[in-house]
Amino acid sequence: MTITDAKPIVSTRWALDDGHTLDRYLTTGGYEGLRAALRRPPGQVVEEVKAASLLGRGGAGFPAGVKWGFCPPGVFPRYLVVNGDESEPGTYKDRILMERDPHQLIEGVLIACYAVGLAQAFLYVRGEMALAQERIATALNEAYAAGYIGRNILGSDFSVDVVLHWGAGAYIVGEETALIESLEGSRGMPRLKPPYFPAAIGLYGQPTIVNNVETLSNLPWILSNGGAAFGALGAETSRGTRLFAVSGHVKKPGVFEVEFGVTTFRDLIESQLYGGGIRGGKDLKAFIPGGASAPWFYEEHLDLPLEAGAVGKAGSMLGSGAVVVMDSDTDVVKACHRLVRFFSRESCGKCTPCREGTGWLEKILRRIIEGQGRPSDLAMLLDVSDNISPGIAWPPRQTTICPLGPSAVSPIASALLRFREEFEAYVGGALESSVEVRGAAYGPKRVEVAAT
Amino acid sequence: MTDVKREVAVDTVSLTVNGAAVEAHKGQLVIDAADNAGIHIPRFCYHPRMKSVGMCRMCIVDIDTGRGPALQPACMIPVADGMVVDTLSESTKKAQDGVLEFLLINHPLDCPVCDKGGECPLQDNAYAFGPGESRFVEEKRHFEKPIPVSDLVLLDRERCILCDRCTRFARDVAGDAFIVFQERGGQTEVNTFPEHPFASYFSGNTVQICPVGALTAGPYRFRARPWDVEKDESTCTSCSFGCRITVEASRDEVIRRQGVDLDPVNWGWMCDKGRFDFDAMNASERLRTPLVRDGAAAREATWSEAIGRAADALRPALDGGADRVAVLGGARLTNEAAYTWAKLAKGVLGTDNVDCQLADGLPPEVVFGLPRATIDDACADGGTVLLLAPDIKEEVPVLFLRLRDAVLAHGVKVVELTPQSTSMTPLAAASLRYRPGEAAVVARLLGGGDGGGLSIDGDVSAARELLRGATRLTIVLGRPSIGESAATIVDAVGALLGGFPDAHVLTVLRRANVHGALDMGLTPGLLPGHVTIDAGRDWFTEAWGRVPAATGLDATGILAAAAEGKIDTLVLLGADPIADFPDHQLARTALDTVGTVIAVDVLPNASTALAHVVLPAAGPSEEAGTTTNLEGRVLTVAQKVTPAGTARADWHIAAELAFRLGHDLGLESIGGIWDEIERLAPSYAGLTVDIVRRAADRDGALMPIDEAQLAELDGARVTIASQRHRVDAGSATAANRAAAAESQEERQADELAAEAEQSDDEGKGVARGASTSQARPPLLSFAPPATATELPAVDAYGLRLVVSRTLYDNGTLNQHSPSIAGLARVACLRLNPADLARLGLDATATVEVSSVRGSLTLDAVADDRIPPGSAGIYTNHEGADPADLLDVHAPVTTIHIGTKS
Repeated sequence: MTITDAKPIVSTRWALDDGHTLDRYLTTGGYEGLRAALRRPPGQVVEEVKAASLLGRGGAGFPAGVKWGFCPPGVFPRYLVVNGDESEPGTYKDRILMERDPHQLIEGVLIACYAVGLAQAFLYVRGEMALAQERIATALNEAYAAGYIGRNILGSDFSVDVVLHWGAGAYIVGEETALIESLEGSRGMPRLKPPYFPAAIGLYGQPTIVNNVETLSNLPWILSNGGAAFGALGAETSRGTRLFAVSGHVKKPGVFEVEFGVTTFRDLIESQLYGGGIRGGKDLKAFIPGGASAPWFYEEHLDLPLEAGAVGKAGSMLGSGAVVVMDSDTDVVKACHRLVRFFSRESCGKCTPCREGTGWLEKILRRIIEGQGRPSDLAMLLDVSDNISPGIAWPPRQTTICPLGPSAVSPIASALLRFREEFEAYVGGALESSVEVRGAAYGPKRVEVAAT
Repeated sequence: MTDVKREVAVDTVSLTVNGAAVEAHKGQLVIDAADNAGIHIPRFCYHPRMKSVGMCRMCIVDIDTGRGPALQPACMIPVADGMVVDTLSESTKKAQDGVLEFLLINHPLDCPVCDKGGECPLQDNAYAFGPGESRFVEEKRHFEKPIPVSDLVLLDRERCILCDRCTRFARDVAGDAFIVFQERGGQTEVNTFPEHPFASYFSGNTVQICPVGALTAGPYRFRARPWDVEKDESTCTSCSFGCRITVEASRDEVIRRQGVDLDPVNWGWMCDKGRFDFDAMNASERLRTPLVRDGAAAREATWSEAIGRAADALRPALDGGADRVAVLGGARLTNEAAYTWAKLAKGVLGTDNVDCQLADGLPPEVVFGLPRATIDDACADGGTVLLLAPDIKEEVPVLFLRLRDAVLAHGVKVVELTPQSTSMTPLAAASLRYRPGEAAVVARLLGGGDGGGLSIDGDVSAARELLRGATRLTIVLGRPSIGESAATIVDAVGALLGGFPDAHVLTVLRRANVHGALDMGLTPGLLPGHVTIDAGRDWFTEAWGRVPAATGLDATGILAAAAEGKIDTLVLLGADPIADFPDHQLARTALDTVGTVIAVDVLPNASTALAHVVLPAAGPSEEAGTTTNLEGRVLTVAQKVTPAGTARADWHIAAELAFRLGHDLGLESIGGIWDEIERLAPSYAGLTVDIVRRAADRDGALMPIDEAQLAELDGARVTIASQRHRVDAGSATAANRAAAAESQEERQADELAAEAEQSDDEGKGVARGASTSQARPPLLSFAPPATATELPAVDAYGLRLVVSRTLYDNGTLNQHSPSIAGLARVACLRLNPADLARLGLDATATVEVSSVRGSLTLDAVADDRIPPGSAGIYTNHEGADPADLLDVHAPVTTIHIGTKS
């Protein structure tokens, strides 16, 4: 057990019933980070954030300060887009942040705008999150009225406008270029790369920083307490604290803020402080370490720290911080089908392998579950997966426009290769495939991983 | 290609494709570079005339840019030095298998009943690159099918592979984003929005570019299989733009036209009228037998009798009665037929009362007497275009596509000077409205002169700055409204050239081969090849034996003379003045008064109904020859089917008439006619039959022919993919053309001197004899009019009339084309909402519109494209026609509006 006594950073007001109001926010240190930022030149604010080694909390885990630096110098206007389209199955940390502490997010937005020289911010909130939407709208009105947003914020010459935008219900809009398309009023479909980063060409063709809700919510604390204090927490490249949403077959599902990089999956799942152990005292069968797109982990991975590098090396990712636990009673074929069905339904339809492939995979799995499977279906699952994501590697070799297609392959490679006998039982025959699979977490239990 | 010289400067990069060294242009896409190297990478969504979207993933190949081979879409990746491309690697093959299998899982295997079967990229790629067998056993996607997305196009969503070609075309090329992707994922479909059909003039292009049989054209559905179709390359003659097409026939009937990508002209696109109106030629009403009229009723006759009657009516011209004979029309003819008719009219009959335009065109000295611009000149990077023209989307639609692209993708600035807003207005950098008749006033202002205190709608000074800052100015010139006289436009041209003497002119006269017919002398005062009667008198007298004594009457003059009983015989060459002349009253009186009307036409119309002799002529695709487009590009037209009934080629009819009159025109074949044109018509000198034929496989021959073009005639047509990079500022050919014209004249002089030395040059025919004793006459040039046209004042209750066309109207061809006929609209009076309010009319009022000439009853509609003080009526629409209000002798027409009691 490596549970530390690090104090929470972003979840401090969650226990308060009125944590979302401006009054309560101000009595609990609210907008102090913004004041601290405004006392310094913007460049120093960027340096403070760089010193904190704050990794983006959306899924890709890109250093926030570095991302800010990708804006081509001298090109204005630039925009900030807040990615609040949290839709990865099992992920619900941003929703809590937006519902229970909207001002913290707004303050983070203002700090980012000040640091990078952004005149306008767009808060893109997932369409289904009605309460978050309502609380943010109220908070924005309060903040405007109190002079935290708008012209000459807190008497400085810094001005910014924040626009709230409600999403229309597409998972892929969590992908930053699709989000920008949606924000512009087009179909939410990912843009072609290059350009790889919207920081160069983003919203309305202008340099655009797209940051996750949790990433920005860390900024007030970093500015109040210093980047060094933030960077002192955690390990390796994973610094500060981080929110993890634990769900599935645990006794106590929830969102927990833990010290990043040192806390382990076992802590998160088994500790009474967090998940409280497997429901009904059963054994762990598998868990998804970072949202539905991530390759599954098993009991030999429990002692891995919640650290991006270590998890990546083991063949998966921390992604959006969603840990989904499956106990020994889980029918992995059905679990696999549920995940693939999700990706099939959320495929935007832009590129062929994802549009046609994910739907086909889902149909094969459904057929298997309904008892209509054939032994050759198992090899076909792998081969179709290989045609969506060549080599079934981790990280995936992407020949689709965005990572959604390869994401649908993760649950298939994970479930089928680890629990092949369960699939074989469904179809009444053995899996015989020549498809080579390259992913450290895929396949039968490997002793050497467990020994780490 | 005329722009061969500028290719040299382009940067090249070296890469390896399948082990072979390949040179490519910097910035070129891998897929294009491979194409040029003869290596085909399969593709569906990629189209060289549209932006890459990388959606189908069919063109994924192994590309190594130094970090090891990786599967990447060849349509998205530009070439780089040292790049290694492998289109045959195992991983590429696996990816291709995968994509094809994916595309086919939801694609119905109904190829045997699909129009596309046999010419289907999905079928072809599946055979060439696919796995051969599908493992998909589930139910395929189902949709209601087919659904009409427009009047002409049907959509089968089950066959659709969602390549974004049609939707991209609609949005990016045509600007008519009426078909879009709907729903998501595997349920994605292309569809229209409810109540908003794909009402685009360009909808047929989506059928052609669809890589599967999802989009089919109503007129072609289930009519043929590709292997039963014979096709020839030809040129569309629905307007003067000169779109290169294929004419496709089965069982001696044209059943389809498709666009061919001619880089300097149409880029593969066509308008729906050009694509679909061929079926008029198969109409049951088609003229198939000569008709003669004794008294009221026409009856069928033999060719012998009909030609005899016609010759009898023309014969007095041979004995001093030339002035009492006139020929109207000819813009429908091929160059060869136009020349033959010009030779008959001017060389045999001796009349100069010949006009291929019906008061809706421009004088030939404006068309030919100014430095001419090409389409590419107008569209090349960074140019400036002054539009003093009708709505080009309505009259020469594909020019609209080219100019739209020029504005959006090549930074071309458009300054529009028109009496009403047009389709180009939203794309124009500056758009000025002038009051009908007053184009010259604004033109003088633009040139820096005095505007006479008139108020003008639009920012004149901004437009003037744009024009002054132009490095290359092209005036796209036509008749913005036939409610104002050509003279008012000529005035404006004079004023513009005063301010911008370096400007070049691209004339947009709508009629198919009007530029060729003018070239051939079917216009008063001119002989073939841009020479005046006086300048060419000796040259042509020796060749033809006779030329008219003096400049004759134009269409207005002919009809006016006819109305006064001064014309005994009037020949209508595919002309229908009753419906088509801007002044109905004059046309009707004229045709009622003329002794004998001889109509040479393909379909019956209001004028053939009055004719005494009707000679059925071969229509498009029934007669071979050449046509000259609006920029002066000579393009071949193919004969693909035999003429209907006993219809004959137009040139054949002229030759036969001459024979009956005791004259042998000496013209016996298309090639022979062209030989004579090349020999006699100065502007065509040097453009031999051989060059015309060789140019037909390339970009056509741009007049005047120059060394650069001749040098490029060997080899195959340059592919668009390889030369897209060449659409740049350097592509302006105007200067080259001017230089070519000069050197051509010098060359001619040299040739003549050489020929003159060969004194006993016999056996070369009359024409050659002429060239030995006469110097080739000089070419026509434009001189601005000395005095401006005087305009009448408008009273407070009067509105100036704007008369314009729409693509679909009640024209003869449209009426008889089952595909197009239903698209004509009902006439209405278009008023600015402010005028509507000022007159106290509500938007659905039926009003009485009157001019000094007549009156019409029309429904008034609010239309903010019409500026206050003007009123618009489309010509040739259902119900009422503004030609009943127009006096063709007046420079402008003022109308008054009264409410209908």
